[in-house]
Amino acid sequence: MNIRRVLVANRGEIAARIIRTCRNLGIETALAASEADLDAVPARLADHIVCIGPAHASQSYLNVDAVVRAAAAAKADAVHPGYGFLAENVRLARACREHGIVFIGPTEAQLEAVGDKMQARAHAVAAGLPVVPGGPVGSPAEAAALAKVIGVPLLVKAVAGGGGRGMKLVTDAARTAETADLAMAEAGAAFADPRVYLERFVIAGRHVEVQIVGDGGDVVHLGDRDCSVQRRHQKLVEEAPAPGLPETTRAAMHEAAIAFGRHLGYRGLGTVEFLLDRDCGVFYFLEMNARIQVEHPVTEAITGLDLVAEQIAIAEGRPLRLRQQDIRFHGHAIECRLNAENWTHDFRPSPGTVTTAVFPAGAGIRVDTHIEGGARVPPFYDSLLAKIVAHGANRGSAIERMKSALASCRVDGVATNRDMHLFLLALPEFLRGGMDTPFFARALQRREGDGGRPS
Amino acid sequence: MNLTDDDVREIIRLIDSSHVHELRIKTEKFDLCLRRSAAGWTRETKTLTRPDVIGGVEAAPAATSDTPAQAKSSTQDEACGVVAIRTPIVGTFYRAPKPGAPPFVEIGSEVDGNSVVGIVETMKLMNSVSAGAAGTVIEVCVADGEFVESDQVLMRLRRTEA
Repeated sequence: MNIRRVLVANRGEIAARIIRTCRNLGIETALAASEADLDAVPARLADHIVCIGPAHASQSYLNVDAVVRAAAAAKADAVHPGYGFLAENVRLARACREHGIVFIGPTEAQLEAVGDKMQARAHAVAAGLPVVPGGPVGSPAEAAALAKVIGVPLLVKAVAGGGGRGMKLVTDAARTAETADLAMAEAGAAFADPRVYLERFVIAGRHVEVQIVGDGGDVVHLGDRDCSVQRRHQKLVEEAPAPGLPETTRAAMHEAAIAFGRHLGYRGLGTVEFLLDRDCGVFYFLEMNARIQVEHPVTEAITGLDLVAEQIAIAEGRPLRLRQQDIRFHGHAIECRLNAENWTHDFRPSPGTVTTAVFPAGAGIRVDTHIEGGARVPPFYDSLLAKIVAHGANRGSAIERMKSALASCRVDGVATNRDMHLFLLALPEFLRGGMDTPFFARALQRREGDGGRPS
Repeated sequence: MNLTDDDVREIIRLIDSSHVHELRIKTEKFDLCLRRSAAGWTRETKTLTRPDVIGGVEAAPAATSDTPAQAKSSTQDEACGVVAIRTPIVGTFYRAPKPGAPPFVEIGSEVDGNSVVGIVETMKLMNSVSAGAAGTVIEVCVADGEFVESDQVLMRLRRTEA
């Protein structure tokens, strides 16, 4: 089939980005927007808009019925959910199918398979992928027994948790039972799901992920990304390829991601996340994200592909048009997430109205944004203002290009974390590459201890 | 036709070797200003197309913009030993740590300066609001789940006699 009109069920920079590809493909767009976004840039870029409810995401962007009704009202033949909100929501995928609308994403079974941590882990084991030593535990006694097998330090994690929520560290094996007991009680209260599991804690772990795309039969990989620069489990900077990996490790990760995709018969665009132990070079499957990701532009920069166009082609039922041997990687790309937050005041969010927005432009620079002078930054959604992407022949030139790009970037009216990125790009540990995920929190803490400001 | 990043790169490529330092292109759909600086080219964009709203799936709600008036002046309150607890940030006010849980405080609750009395959610981050003074809660001015403007009064408490 040919998709002729897409309902974009998202907001912000990703809505603008999806609209851009649709336009290039000659596909009409309708934007499902909340009341807070009716006048935003994506609403101006889209061919049409349907209001899906009040500003609060729970009443608009997270409302499956409203999205499906909007698709019908807009006579859209497909829904693109972007990332976040309903991107990996089985109910939306099912409702789309029941209404004869194409859901641009994987199958319902695949969303279910990777949406539950325990299921995803079982699939990973079945596909022959290494997983972090550990497993589900049903009682404090079981937890204590398993802790003897996997050793400390270990994490007690809520099955329904995520993004750093519902996670407890155990450093003394004797305390495993009581910690598990507490974690189960808290998980039951917080997520209405008391299930927990244990995982060995990797002290110096890197977050490396592999982009894959499949057509339900064949699967190819589009290289890897390193997303280890994080604060409180939120990614701040991503790069492709992951720096400093032994080529054997990189190839093994690519193969593992493909094996996982093939095991699921994966259809669509997805990312297989790995935890790489920096101390011993061993990697483990973490989870799979069954959607387009925030950091996809770094992969697009080094492959020259348009991942949203690939998603749409697959959703139209076409076979994979990429062959592994045709996918080539050129240079190095870095993405900095420009957020509306005051990084010198404990990263306090800074909603408001943007008065001026000047972004870098030119060779090797891409900026994905929905922000321009006069744009409102509502307090209801995340704080992402723009993704600044720099591409160079190698990592060093990409970093230099990013420094110039950030230096010429100016957003007034709200606070931004621009200078935090300049601080990061000057850190020797970042310049060496291959940092672990706690690295940036340590650097920020040191900076606070110095009482210093970035020069 | 709207402007893409590729278009902008192509324009910059064409003028990069010229002596042009500023270029402005204005059409019905956009207003683009390119400037050359020491650090490289920059762009400022304004999208001029108007949104084409073809319908809404929810009934259009009443205007949501009116901010609750803050009746009492703080100086008057202070004189009577009444302290206003204000939100430090714009966002959504919650009285309980999670949906269905009992509120942090009720009218009559005794609090000290560090007691958490509510949460204001801004940009997906939860910011706890503390009482700021020791006393008894005498008024809750904002309902659970309501939107609050920065500095809006959330609650009032009667200060404990020292």
